[in-house]
Amino acid sequence: MTEFLLTMRGLSIEGRTEAGWSQIVRGIDLDLARGEVLGFIGESGAGKSTLGLAAMGFVRGGCRFSGGSIRFDGVELMEADQELLRRLRGARIAYVAQSAAASFNPAHRLVDQYCETPVRHGIMNRAEAERRALEHYRQMNLPEPETIGFRYPHQVSGGQLQRAMTAMAMASRPDLIIFDEPTTALDVTTQIEVLASIREIVELYGTSAIYISHDLAVVAQMADRIKVLLRGDEVEEAATRVMLEDPQQNYTKSLWAVRTFRREEQVPPSAGTRPVVEIRDVDASYGAVKVLHGVNFAIHARHTVAVVGESGSGKSTVARVVTGLLAPTAGEVLLEGQPLPKRFRERSKHQLRQIQMIYQMADTALNPKIRIREIIGYPARFYLGLKGRALDQRVREILSMIGLEPDAFIDRLPGELSGGQKQRIGIARALAAEPDFIICDEVTSALDQIVAEGILRLLDQLQSELDLAYMLITHDLATVRAIADEVVVMKSGKVVEQGRKAQVFSPPHHPYTELLLSSVPEMDADWLSGVLASRGGRLDLSGGT
Amino acid sequence: MDRQWMMFRSAPWTARFGLTIIVLYLAVAVLAPVIAPFGEREIVGAQYQVWSKAHPLGTDNLGRDMLTRMIYGARNTVAIALLTTALAFLVGCILGMTAAVVGGWFDQALSRFNDMLMAIPGLIFAMLLLTILGTSIPSLIFVIAVVDMTRVFRLSRAVAVDIVVMDYIEAAQLRGDRLPRLILKEILPNASAPLIAEFGLRFVFVFLSISALSFLGLGIQPPTADWGSMVRENATLMTYGDITPLIPASAIALLTVAVNFVVDWKLHIASGLKE
Repeated sequence: MTEFLLTMRGLSIEGRTEAGWSQIVRGIDLDLARGEVLGFIGESGAGKSTLGLAAMGFVRGGCRFSGGSIRFDGVELMEADQELLRRLRGARIAYVAQSAAASFNPAHRLVDQYCETPVRHGIMNRAEAERRALEHYRQMNLPEPETIGFRYPHQVSGGQLQRAMTAMAMASRPDLIIFDEPTTALDVTTQIEVLASIREIVELYGTSAIYISHDLAVVAQMADRIKVLLRGDEVEEAATRVMLEDPQQNYTKSLWAVRTFRREEQVPPSAGTRPVVEIRDVDASYGAVKVLHGVNFAIHARHTVAVVGESGSGKSTVARVVTGLLAPTAGEVLLEGQPLPKRFRERSKHQLRQIQMIYQMADTALNPKIRIREIIGYPARFYLGLKGRALDQRVREILSMIGLEPDAFIDRLPGELSGGQKQRIGIARALAAEPDFIICDEVTSALDQIVAEGILRLLDQLQSELDLAYMLITHDLATVRAIADEVVVMKSGKVVEQGRKAQVFSPPHHPYTELLLSSVPEMDADWLSGVLASRGGRLDLSGGT
Repeated sequence: MDRQWMMFRSAPWTARFGLTIIVLYLAVAVLAPVIAPFGEREIVGAQYQVWSKAHPLGTDNLGRDMLTRMIYGARNTVAIALLTTALAFLVGCILGMTAAVVGGWFDQALSRFNDMLMAIPGLIFAMLLLTILGTSIPSLIFVIAVVDMTRVFRLSRAVAVDIVVMDYIEAAQLRGDRLPRLILKEILPNASAPLIAEFGLRFVFVFLSISALSFLGLGIQPPTADWGSMVRENATLMTYGDITPLIPASAIALLTVAVNFVVDWKLHIASGLKE
């Protein structure tokens, strides 16, 4: 009989709500063998992270275990006292959090934080720990492993920090590591490096791992088996390949289907049509640093132009220039053929109305103290002079357009909405101005895949109903594939490739486009190995061309 | 009204105690002419009479009824403090939030000027200004408001700076919103919690400043009753072991404690903590 490293039986966890205790994890069974990697997948609120933390015998504040058992290497964690748990955590079970930037203490150097756990647990002394840190930094493919440990967290990049965190988790050679969405906050090109490094080190030491993500394609690369969770319940569990090829449950199938949404591509605009917005030879800089170099492209009515690139590529800066938040140092932006004043303060009400924006984080894009009625109603009143009954009518009409029941939502505050609903209100606010052109800044990147797909379908439907032109800023090529007509690929403030979607996405590619495209995880368990092999077995750590 | 009552019921005992005291003080201030047994400036007996049936708290240095003076003192001191705090907040918040929104040299100029004012010790600055402007109630209100405004400016600017970077403010600016709407509709509702808390604290400080200035003879002038000057006027009694001069002092202390209880509770709610 095989002894599993981690076993859960009928595990239930409750969370405190205003109405009392409610179950957030319901009777989960789990077996994890030594050296095995188990993936958790599900939307936010599925209980993935709660379950991951439970594997350490830990529940977040406001939650409690309400039943079942958790056995780690023969020890029952539910009955263990704090002292025993303390000895297990860090030493035998380690945790890698989603945001390494938020989890590292900014006041201490990386190596100090690396050494803390093994030294505290009395596993080794400081000198040994530093030697091991060097070894692990090397195994995680960190640049300059000899010196990187002596830097502070803000002195290394996000991807490097995430790898340093994994190295830190490895410090005391734990039997089990829990990875909680370790690559969600990273660009695709950085993500692939981190994924490869994590997989390499986990295989090297034969560590068991729980890998939590909402991105199925990522989990497919990392896990031997996948468990699908939905609102605290297990939907199904199967070996990765079986799960990918033959999902049994409808919910799992719907998760798979998200990636297949494709909009019909628009007919290219005929040569004489005037674009809604045109960006001509725009240069821009932040202080002395030049961030845009001669950017040129145009957006036509009923068309979606996707601007793609990593963070720092200048794609958001283009949006800032178009909206007038940042004055270009050279070149101009044209609206309906007329040059726009450089700064938004100098633009007319009509010009301001025509260019609307939808933000990435709906949480900060909507004023938490203003009700939906006013959030949507104010632009309609301000730009179009609607009042009284007509205004109320219009707000209800817009709510129906974005798929929210007017009576149920009109008097709510943003805090009373889910993430997807908030994003819909963000769209509604833009629509209320009745613009011709909308900038969508990473509108789906903070959302779960199913919710994100709903938003994309909504944007597509509104475009065909209202003849809108979209500028879609994104690093997610799946989104681009879904709804873009034209693609502009940016790197370091320059446009490296642009054209119709079909043309940009089919070979021959610009080397940078090639790198971006090949870095998007695919629903194939062999994808990562394949990419790594084609890149010559090692990673392109510069992330460049 | 039901909601307020619910909130009151669910508040901790400290907050309920504080609110009760504040309501009591306000009632006394408003109803002063009705409940006071004598007139504010009326001389009703000999100097420094001991506590008796006719004069429950005795009489003061001029033979006026102490209880009556206490009741009118609530009216004068509380009303002036409230007016002063309101003025300090009105001007301080407008300037602070404008500085945060406009930024650049405007913000720099205002902030540095404010730092300069704050560098001068408050009480000494107030005394200086009162010596220049003369001691009348309007100038007292103006002077203390100016001194306290500097603190309000700093706080409201700091709070607004955090709010201004939010996307919804950018959205409002891009929409073409003017400064007043931006401050009133977009920023103020999100800044209200720390500002309300500060209002309570400032009110107490203003109250103490008025009393301190009155004690020094620069505040509310006789024969107007106010607690600060009442302590001074009757200070002689202390030598004889009479606790009467401590009564106006404890009235000040009690209100201070009450306001702070309520402020703590408000802060607790604002920070999202329960219990």
